[in-house]
Amino acid sequence: MIRTLPTSKTYNRCFKFYVVLYFTFLFAPLLVTCILAFNDSQFPSLPWKGFTVEWFTADLTERVGIFHDQINLDSIWVSFRVAFFVTLLSMIVGTCGAFLFEQEDFRYKQLLYFLMLCPLVIPGVILGISILLFSNTLGTYFETNWNIDVDLFRPGFWLVVLGQFSFIATLVTLVVSARLRKFDRTLEEAALNLGANRLEVIWFITLKFLRPAIIGAGAVAFLMSFENFNTTLFLVGYQATLPINLYLQVRDGSTPVINAISFLLIVGTSMVALANLYFSRKET
Amino acid sequence: MLRKPPLFSQDVKQRLAIRFFMQIDLSVQEVTKKFNEFIAVDNVSFEVPDGSFFSILGPSGCGKTTLLRMIAGLTEPTEGKIEIRGKSMLGIPPNKRPVNLIFQQLALFPMMNVEENIAFGLRRRGEGKVDIKKKVEAILERVDLAGFGDKKIDQLSGGQKQRVAIARCLVLEPAVLLLDEPLGALDLKLREQMKVELKMLQAKVGTTFVYITHDQSEALVMSDHVAVMNQGVFEQIDTPQNLYNRPETPFVAQFVGDNNAWSGRIRQCNDMTAEIETAEGPIFHTKVRESLQPGDEVDLFLRPEAMLILPDPSLSELNRFHIIVKDILFDGANSRLLAHPLDADTELLIALPQTRQYDYIQKNDKIEIGWDQQSGICFRRS
Amino acid sequence: MKNQKRWGLFFFLSPVLLWLFLLIVLPHIDLLAMSFRIENDDGQMVWSLSNYLNFFEEPIYWLTFVRTAIFSILVTFLTFVIALPVAFYITKVVAPKFQGFLLVLLLLPFWVSELVRVYGWMILLRESGVINHFLIKLGLLNQPIEMLYKDATMILGLVYTSMLFMVVPITSVLDSLDNSLIEAAYDLGANMWTILFKIIIPHATPGIVSGSIVVFMLTLGNYLTPNLMGGKNSLWFTEQIYNQFIASFNWNQGSAFGFLLLVLSSIVVWLGLKLTRQNLRKVVQ
Ligand SMILES: Nc1ncnc2c1ncn2[C@@H]1O[C@H](COP(=O)(O)OP(=O)(O)OP(=O)(O)O)[C@@H](O)[C@H]1O
Ligand SMILES: [Mg+2]
Repeated sequence: MIRTLPTSKTYNRCFKFYVVLYFTFLFAPLLVTCILAFNDSQFPSLPWKGFTVEWFTADLTERVGIFHDQINLDSIWVSFRVAFFVTLLSMIVGTCGAFLFEQEDFRYKQLLYFLMLCPLVIPGVILGISILLFSNTLGTYFETNWNIDVDLFRPGFWLVVLGQFSFIATLVTLVVSARLRKFDRTLEEAALNLGANRLEVIWFITLKFLRPAIIGAGAVAFLMSFENFNTTLFLVGYQATLPINLYLQVRDGSTPVINAISFLLIVGTSMVALANLYFSRKET
Repeated sequence: MLRKPPLFSQDVKQRLAIRFFMQIDLSVQEVTKKFNEFIAVDNVSFEVPDGSFFSILGPSGCGKTTLLRMIAGLTEPTEGKIEIRGKSMLGIPPNKRPVNLIFQQLALFPMMNVEENIAFGLRRRGEGKVDIKKKVEAILERVDLAGFGDKKIDQLSGGQKQRVAIARCLVLEPAVLLLDEPLGALDLKLREQMKVELKMLQAKVGTTFVYITHDQSEALVMSDHVAVMNQGVFEQIDTPQNLYNRPETPFVAQFVGDNNAWSGRIRQCNDMTAEIETAEGPIFHTKVRESLQPGDEVDLFLRPEAMLILPDPSLSELNRFHIIVKDILFDGANSRLLAHPLDADTELLIALPQTRQYDYIQKNDKIEIGWDQQSGICFRRS
Repeated sequence: MKNQKRWGLFFFLSPVLLWLFLLIVLPHIDLLAMSFRIENDDGQMVWSLSNYLNFFEEPIYWLTFVRTAIFSILVTFLTFVIALPVAFYITKVVAPKFQGFLLVLLLLPFWVSELVRVYGWMILLRESGVINHFLIKLGLLNQPIEMLYKDATMILGLVYTSMLFMVVPITSVLDSLDNSLIEAAYDLGANMWTILFKIIIPHATPGIVSGSIVVFMLTLGNYLTPNLMGGKNSLWFTEQIYNQFIASFNWNQGSAFGFLLLVLSSIVVWLGLKLTRQNLRKVVQ
């Protein structure tokens, strides 16, 4: 059964085989995508026609590598900016949320906590359409009543940021809360006793303690924002994020440039994820 | 020859001395703390003069920490006044009070090194960098941790953490330093050592210490005055010697030092000497501090060292009775006999001096015991 | 002291309130309100039930709805069945020194964008894909077959996409299961299946529930995977919503669909919690 108990050879072999199969299943699509990014062919498929990095670097008429593909580069830049703002916002609000739910007491706290959890169980598509509707309602209201045209209420960059933030903040709140729960509040009292005011206590003691959790949650928030599709789909304006842009390309037929982008994404995210893991391991 | 109750005059003298010759650092007046219905601290008053070492001794859960937290301003009293150096502390937040608290679990900041921990309070006051550095070094020297400034908190031993916690508070030169069982987390050996060190440190820096403990030996060894606390109430405030020799309540008699308890009834009482018939059988004569009526129910306490093994027959003033030895509890200089009176199974502890004189005593021996009339402590049962 | 506390509460409360009310509560109220409004013949907006009536009268709508629900449950179940042995292997069977490595390996693919992962499956499975290429090379097939755009492929994709959210919670609950419980049961003569159903699964229930809730919710609300891997035949309900919003520009109808989806997901989550006697608070922790 488990490693300390005697088990039959077949049982062990079958189990091992199953796990190997599972990991193959897990990695096959990613590996194939990466490999085909270097295939010297017009299509992302076999047979293998030789190794090339042209899908990254070329700037020819029939073959534009990712480094010269302005549309894709633009969308990567948009995604970066979106992810940056989403991360920043959700780190701030998520930390406030953690303090609120762990350290403060007020009426309707349970209700608010429940509300905070809701984005976890609301499908992303629904979040997207409801925010789209509401911003549209607000926009119309502002226009008819005060005759002002607020850009924020149109599908576009900031609406995407808000839409992603609406559920990523929950995640940050949960991660930071979990860390805050482990915080020994006598440290705060000790700091107060040594002459620090409430702000100084939070800044020098509590936030210092929370820092690894906030940074870790920030990294996760960044990745989640960078790859978000379902919510973003309804809120994008003319500035498409990378997943949206890729989706449009994949839907209408694909070229190895997509593989090249995927390769970069896989390498990039793995590195962020591994770094995050490494630092969180080191903390504990 | 009527003896005045000595405690009264003693108390008055002490209060007068405090009033006129010494400055009061900390004054707590009729402070009460309720958590909902539960009364954690019940109408407690005391004063601590400048530069003295004051201990609060009580069993776990009696409200010591709560009292200290009120002085530090971390908890608000339900009723009563707290003054530090003559200034009322009502409504003053903890960061503005001239007291520092050493927490039961020390509460050193794990995200900072030793130096940053100690400098924390100075930085909050906005002192200059150079000053801070000087002060930190000086205080590290004083607590014997010179050169430890760069160490991380989790690289320190228990005793060193202890001293960092003390240094962190002392560097701020508080009017009063509050210590909440600071030795509780240490092992026995280190505790013994730190006890002495702490006392010497206090003498050296001259800061007023208010020290909390549930360990009576800590309180007795270190303090100028000790308050014994039980269930939120101060039972007695006195010098360590008086607490031991003249406990005012049965609780103090039993909590401070070991004591053998007897219950009995007064047969007669004159000239402050009572004849008591104990429930265990023997009839004793003892000095009492208040006049008792025949028939009063009393508790009688006898220290283990008050009972003499095989007393000299020539001593006439002694109460004498027989016991049966149940066991010999060898503990070096603190060895005892565990015994019971002839016709009862009440357990008695009797000091067994290690002079080799009593080496022949064995289990189940029947032995005569005597004790002086002066050494009994007797309370009317209420 | 009191004032400072008030101030702190206000400081923390206001951003959270803004977030939850402006981005969660009010938009969903708006969604609900919109779903009850239609444009009448004079071009004015009036209250009406007809968006919901449309849903029930048009079989394509409610059939898609039911299909989506059933497939989501199926996907959740499949994910669970596949994930449990893997989680068990990693926490209890494999030598401890490999444990950390396998865990990292397990998580890694899921940091990559869902789109990239789906794209990977597409170039594996499609007619000119890698698998077809190898099958023909090996002589198992004479001519390539289209493996994409089938229900089975779509389910495969959905299972793959949401696997992480099942494996992680189950791994963490199994990690907290004391090995000696299994050893004791074994010692008392229990066989593998008894141990599985009497010890492992009961202990892992909180993890299984939280995993299932998240997987179900993600599957139900997924647009990308059904759309790309199921193609035109995917008949996934989110596509209906998308069509109403983006293609037909009938936001009121789309709102009604969205609200129905939300109700469905809430009911299933609630039922899941009730049946296993868990609560949301415990499950997220
Ligand atoms: N915040 C609180 N709310 C309710 N009851 C409390 C609170 N703090 C303390 N108490 C109660 O007050 C009593 C005294 O607690 P306190 O911490 O002062 O004890 P203590 O004498 O310091 O004990 P110890 O020696 O174990 O530290 C306890 O019964 C405790 O349960
Ligand atoms: Mg205490």
